[in-house]
Amino acid sequence: MRFVKEAGIICGISAIGEILNALLPFPVPAGVYGLFLLLLCLLTGIVKLSDLEATGNWLLDAMPIMFLPACVGIMENFGEMKAVLVPLLAISIVSTITVFGATGSVAQWIIRKKGDKKK
Amino acid sequence: MRDAMANSLYFGMAISVAAYMFGIWLKKKVKWQVCNPLLISTVLVILFLTLTHITYDEYMEGAQYISYFLTPATVCLAIPLYKQLEMLKRNKLAVLCGILAGVVANAVMVFVMCLLFRLEHVHYVTFLPKSITTAIGMGVSEEAGGIVILTIVSIMITGIGGVILSESLFKLFRLKDPVAKGLALGTASHAIGTSKALEMGEIEGAMSSLAIAVTGLVTVVVVPLIADFI
Repeated sequence: MRFVKEAGIICGISAIGEILNALLPFPVPAGVYGLFLLLLCLLTGIVKLSDLEATGNWLLDAMPIMFLPACVGIMENFGEMKAVLVPLLAISIVSTITVFGATGSVAQWIIRKKGDKKK
Repeated sequence: MRDAMANSLYFGMAISVAAYMFGIWLKKKVKWQVCNPLLISTVLVILFLTLTHITYDEYMEGAQYISYFLTPATVCLAIPLYKQLEMLKRNKLAVLCGILAGVVANAVMVFVMCLLFRLEHVHYVTFLPKSITTAIGMGVSEEAGGIVILTIVSIMITGIGGVILSESLFKLFRLKDPVAKGLALGTASHAIGTSKALEMGEIEGAMSSLAIAVTGLVTVVVVPLIADFI
């Protein structure tokens, strides 16, 4: 019954996340509400890590495949895509590289600066 | 045969998993970053559906259940986050500044590129939320008056593109710190980037999970503010 209990906890928190998503006026998805709720439960000790770790790690492991149906949905929108295909690709790729560089470099610079101070 | 496949509830699920497993196998075999399993399986499934004349809606009858797991999986991102909480507290300034830098860089870059391609305001707000997770991005785009379908497509390209380029980008920007690597992946490529970060290590995964949530929230606040100006 171990996995039933684990899945039950995760389902319960997901459900609360969906209810919050429906009731509150913010564009925050159910999963993100649930993420913070679970973090809170873990921090306060209401839920122990061992209560859901096996099922949780299974879900995290399988996560990439959960995007597949949405990606396949691109086939439905080839028409809209074709009109702006070049800018769409260029903007998506170039700005991804920019964000990558900005976030990574700033974070690493601050971490190293702090490290130097300690020495 | 076609109808039998199209009417089977498990068909969509089975073909998705099979295509993904093939993607993983191929990536192991050839070791090119371009052979991202998500990209390979997307192309394979689209090809298969087109060849067999099965519609997207028929495929989704079964495949939608795979997507349903996304909410509980997102909830479980709290697990690596909880385990690495000390790491997070120690680096909170780096985390916050890094993510903010990424959100600003995204807004500026998308704006400049839209000017270069002479795109209109509607496209700017369409592409602005491309670095955040789909569920938030759709809402932001809709709110600002963007074309939601194009937003989703650009979110997918951003996610897969970021993962494919990640190893080269770590070298290009000389990123060695696991915290910085995780943050960069999560801020640039949301949940798809995070699944890659989780494979790299627990610190990377935790930072990337956090970046999804924070980037999403910051973008929700910032986009409506700048969308009106431009």
